[in-house]
Amino acid sequence: MMAVALKMLFGDRAKYFGIVMGVTLASMVITQQGAIFIGIMTRTYGTVTDTGQGDIWVMDPKVQQIEDIKPMQDTELYRVRGIQGVGWALPLYKGLIRARLDNGQFQNCNILGLDDATLTGGPPGMVEGSLADLRRADAIIVDEISANTRLARPSPTPGGRPIPLKVGDTLELNDHRAVVVGIGRSTRTFQSLPVIHTTYGRATAFVPKERKLLSFVLVKAAPGVDVESLRRRIEITTGLSALTNQHFKDKTVDYFIRNTGIPINFGIAVGLGFLIGTVITGFMFYNFTLDNLRYFGTLKAMGASDATLLGMVILQSLVVGAIGCGLGIGIAALFGARMANTPLAFQMPWQLLAVAALAVAIICVLSAVLSIRKVISLEPAVVFKG
Amino acid sequence: MSNIRSNFPPSNGAAHTNGHTAATPAVVCRGVTKTYGKGSSAVFALRGVDLRVAPGELLMLVGPSGCGKTTLISIVAGVLDHDDGECIVYGQNLKSMSNAERTEFRGKTVGFVFQSFNLIPTLTVAENIAVPLLIAGSSRAEAIDRSRDILGRVGMGDRWNSRPAQLSGGQQQRVAIARSLIHHPRLIVCDEPTSALDHKTGHDVMQLMREVALASGQSLIVVTHDARIFEFADRIARMDDGRIESIDTPGRAMAASHGAVP
Repeated sequence: MMAVALKMLFGDRAKYFGIVMGVTLASMVITQQGAIFIGIMTRTYGTVTDTGQGDIWVMDPKVQQIEDIKPMQDTELYRVRGIQGVGWALPLYKGLIRARLDNGQFQNCNILGLDDATLTGGPPGMVEGSLADLRRADAIIVDEISANTRLARPSPTPGGRPIPLKVGDTLELNDHRAVVVGIGRSTRTFQSLPVIHTTYGRATAFVPKERKLLSFVLVKAAPGVDVESLRRRIEITTGLSALTNQHFKDKTVDYFIRNTGIPINFGIAVGLGFLIGTVITGFMFYNFTLDNLRYFGTLKAMGASDATLLGMVILQSLVVGAIGCGLGIGIAALFGARMANTPLAFQMPWQLLAVAALAVAIICVLSAVLSIRKVISLEPAVVFKG
Repeated sequence: MSNIRSNFPPSNGAAHTNGHTAATPAVVCRGVTKTYGKGSSAVFALRGVDLRVAPGELLMLVGPSGCGKTTLISIVAGVLDHDDGECIVYGQNLKSMSNAERTEFRGKTVGFVFQSFNLIPTLTVAENIAVPLLIAGSSRAEAIDRSRDILGRVGMGDRWNSRPAQLSGGQQQRVAIARSLIHHPRLIVCDEPTSALDHKTGHDVMQLMREVALASGQSLIVVTHDARIFEFADRIARMDDGRIESIDTPGRAMAASHGAVP
């Protein structure tokens, strides 16, 4: 009888496509908007992702997220290094700096100052040059996307394409000359500002003088040391905040969710997608069932049990759900692929697909419930009513 | 008509007895009543119907619209509850059955032919005919094989892969008849089977039903307004206002319908 159910479904092509389109629309909007939301949230902790060679981030206890820097005294680095179980502890400077471009305009940039000796925390990948080149005078590494866009030199011809920044070019950072020695690959940040890597000493020389300059201490646990217990020990000993990479990411995301309108905006879009999908799918599916009520009545009169009819309706609902969900996710994935090299934030982890599938399942259940009630309450005697 | 029956040997004659003797009536209704609605809006559809149908008999129910014909076959077929009285079909009291038991009973014992055919438009002819077997749990391959076999018996063996919309009204009704027979039900109820057909096609359809169904020992109850098919009945029950007014032979009924009782 399940084959009969599928033939009933596929046979009415107009309604079948209508129902599938409803589910597709819902799953596409949910997946696409969800992917953009996750993409944006992922960018909020882009620096943590790129600079995650250590196990623990040590920072001022008042720090709420990665962009919220509350500098510490440089001596905190030595206090951390003195704690039992610390394999290594390195300084990291993170701040904003103004770059003056060739056309005279200024561009705010994120500047990361890496430990001068080890250069730990550099870009995860290099397009041109090498991390070791940072040891050269006035050296900086610029991220690839910004080198081609925000930091690019203006075209010599009006309206022409800007000329990408390349190795050997110079920038003026806060009245200091800086030489580009490498182009790196960095995760885009929440504000999509250019990311400049240099040494800790040079970064603190570039930026305006302050009494405290140490942004973070990156800590690696010694072999065999439990990271969580080391983290607690650092907090107790120094009075600073110590977070694992994942804790710091979570704290950052939590901050953006609590303090910005981003979740509400995306939540509304996802909710609307769900609502519209439910209404369209529910209406079309119910209509489809009503159109076939006479045949369900005939089947019931001929001895089909309520369980059989229930199974048929559920199968029809699941099939349109699966096809619509697949199409919706596929379209969203294509959209993401097309937008891969644009500033658009787009991340599609499997958890998002699971959520989209769950949402579609709920839409299908809600749509099927109306139809099921109609079919189950159907009196088989209706078959004689002409 | 008996010469027609002899052309088609019973397909499962043994199954038809099913523990009952040949004398066991197919249908026995005693004082069956049915009311739709309540209070001042109540409609008394059946006001105490007594009816007996023998195995292998073709009984026609005739009468004006709203007289209770369809209500009566709905009750006999087990698709509608009656209020009072007793309705026994092949020894089984329908009133005492649960919904699930009645559903199973219908699947095994009753075949249906509808006025508007009720063929599922998205299924092929063979698949439509196979539906009662699929409901009973047969495999698809077996059900399709048997439906193609029975299609041959109703003269449509070459149309097994057509869709209902590709068939004429008469052909669709033949398919509906094949569907009503495929699972060898002992009782077939037909609601206005010829009302959507022209005279010749209606005549052919009734002849087919007599040939194929009654040859297998099945009982038929046919609701009709169509006096032109009275000749195919063994008996004709005339209903009015929720009661059976008379039960006649076809000859008397046809004469009555022409205004003269012989």
